Amino acid sequence: MANKILVFIEQRNGQIKRASLEAVKAANNLAEKLSYEVTAVSVGNEVSDLDKINVQKVVHYKNNELENYSTSAYSDLVAEFAKESDAEILFFGNTALGKDLAPRVSVKLEAGIIMDVVEFNINDGNIIASRPVYAGKALTNVKVNTKKKVFTVRPNVFSLSDEESGSAQVEIKEVSSPNLACKVVEYKKAGGKLDVAEADIIVSGGRGLKEAGNFKLIEDLAEVLGGAVGASRAVVDAGWRPHGEQVGQTGKTVSPTLYVAVGISGAIQHLAGMRSSKYIVAINKDADAPIFQIADYGIAGDAFEIVPALIEELKKVKA
Amino acid sequence: MKIAVCVSHVPDTATKINIGSDGKTIDPNGVTYIVNPYDEFAIEEALKTKEKLGGEVVVISVGNDANKETLRKALAMGADSAVLLKDENQRDSFGIAKALAEEIKLQNAELVFFGKQSVDYDNSITGQLTAELLNYNSVSVVVNLNIDGNKITAEREIEGGKEVVETSLPVVITAQKGLNEPRYASLKGIMAAKKKTIEEKEAVAANLFVEVVEMKKPAPKQAGKILGSDSSAVSELVKLLREEAKVI
Ligand SMILES: Cc1cc2nc3c(=O)[nH]c(=O)nc-3n(C[C@H](O)[C@H](O)[C@H](O)COP(=O)(O)OP(=O)(O)OC[C@H]3O[C@@H](n4cnc5c(N)ncnc54)[C@H](O)[C@@H]3O)c2cc1C
Ligand SMILES: Nc1ncnc2c1ncn2[C@@H]1O[C@H](COP(=O)(O)O)[C@@H](O)[C@H]1O
Repeated sequence: MANKILVFIEQRNGQIKRASLEAVKAANNLAEKLSYEVTAVSVGNEVSDLDKINVQKVVHYKNNELENYSTSAYSDLVAEFAKESDAEILFFGNTALGKDLAPRVSVKLEAGIIMDVVEFNINDGNIIASRPVYAGKALTNVKVNTKKKVFTVRPNVFSLSDEESGSAQVEIKEVSSPNLACKVVEYKKAGGKLDVAEADIIVSGGRGLKEAGNFKLIEDLAEVLGGAVGASRAVVDAGWRPHGEQVGQTGKTVSPTLYVAVGISGAIQHLAGMRSSKYIVAINKDADAPIFQIADYGIAGDAFEIVPALIEELKKVKA
Repeated sequence: MKIAVCVSHVPDTATKINIGSDGKTIDPNGVTYIVNPYDEFAIEEALKTKEKLGGEVVVISVGNDANKETLRKALAMGADSAVLLKDENQRDSFGIAKALAEEIKLQNAELVFFGKQSVDYDNSITGQLTAELLNYNSVSVVVNLNIDGNKITAEREIEGGKEVVETSLPVVITAQKGLNEPRYASLKGIMAAKKKTIEEKEAVAANLFVEVVEMKKPAPKQAGKILGSDSSAVSELVKLLREEAKVI
């Protein structure tokens, strides 16, 4: 029998998270090179589309008390299934849930763990995982010395194509008394719409916007682009925007397809959170601002002139 | 109640990183080290909890003599005692967690604070690893904490909002920005910290579960084009986004 890779499928309100499907993709790529077999495991109550995951088989641990996340119950069940199925490698998405769950599972399996992987290679039969460190200022290639291995993959890196869906056989395992020593009892949705950590397009504003009210421009631009609103620390500290929107070293790390920075100077701690974005656009009236060093396209002008014009132009081409 | 805080000593986030001659770690020359920013929230929460519920705060760090600076800073903020678990060699997170778990057991601490992430390797796992080794409950990335007897209610930050988690002691909490406003050390605190001794012992042995084989600088991103300085550049920008980047 082939060795196994197990992918954890994360759900919220019964909907599968995109980051998990990206983890499936990364796992399938690796499995092909190693001739391994890929299985998926999920935990929750009712979950849609488990059968559309691109693996042969999905095992779903089910109980209505498991609809919300529980560190204790989820880690027990995933580790138990990993042992039972003798999985050698585990994959998780590097999401808030994945970051909480994967390390606990790794200890139960005595497995080495590598977080936030952006690339996998095989060298002399060893899996070499690449991950950014020092807030993206350096990259490391890391190998796991233990037989069992746990990886979390950075969202938006192993991007999905249409062929990604499959027809999986779903096996439901009813859980009788989950270990709810830690339990999520409530979810409080933030005011904003789309979270920067999950968005494919982000429009961020900085101190160059002068005052909180002017963020309307950023919101409008984000809306025409169908993206999320982000912020620099300067404007979060000033109380213009909530901390949940902060991008950077002490905020969120994002890698969207498009990142638009408006009135942001490009301090090293801000770049730390967004430098791996695929395309970066900078709008800043100072042509020497460091943000232009990493931007693909820049306009060195006044945001209050450029952004409204950009919104108009986008509306035109999208019409 | 004994409260433990685990702290790491890391390069200042503004530091320029150069790769060391071994090609696996950074060159420490000219690097300024600081208390890991998230650990300041952890220390503050421990001190606040002690002020409210009583008890004693011990700070623990795994590393070498350099880490004493960070421990000293925690003492100056108001921690009661400090332990340095010594190891001159680089450890992985599992090795650090193993040493910390051993010490937390010895200290008999039932409430343990970590930062959510060290700003060097950005792993964000040491708290959860330690909790699992100790068989403690844990809540990570916490922005609001309430302790009522044995009962813990914590809010953790997740994509798009917050989760309210209920659990009980013993527990590991990893602190996120927003949990509190870390205090500055007072002059009195700094003087008092000078008189306190930092207990030193060897960290328990641990195998390297993961190993860095190479560290390198990311390929420099080509600075792109500045398309113009007024709204006349907008149509070209939109064209490039459509045709070259294909994002709209
Ligand atoms: C430990 C630590 C952690 C940090 N973590 C983070 C973090 O997570 N995220 C983060 O963002 N920062 C972080 N910082 C702060 C960072 O160093 C910068 O201070 C911050 O990013 C600056 O924000 P800003 O670019 O909005 O403001 P500024 O640096 O003040 O830049 C404003 C820019 O707006 C431009 N501008 C002004 N008017 C206009 C106009 N009309 N039109 C167009 N442009 C205009 C100016 O040319 C300038 O470049 C951290 C700092 C430290 C020490
Ligand atoms: N060497 C260390 N000694 C003590 N605590 C540490 C050490 N390294 C990490 N930690 C703690 O673990 C947290 C998360 O670190 P990390 O998992 O490395 O991102 C930090 O915020 C610290 O609280």
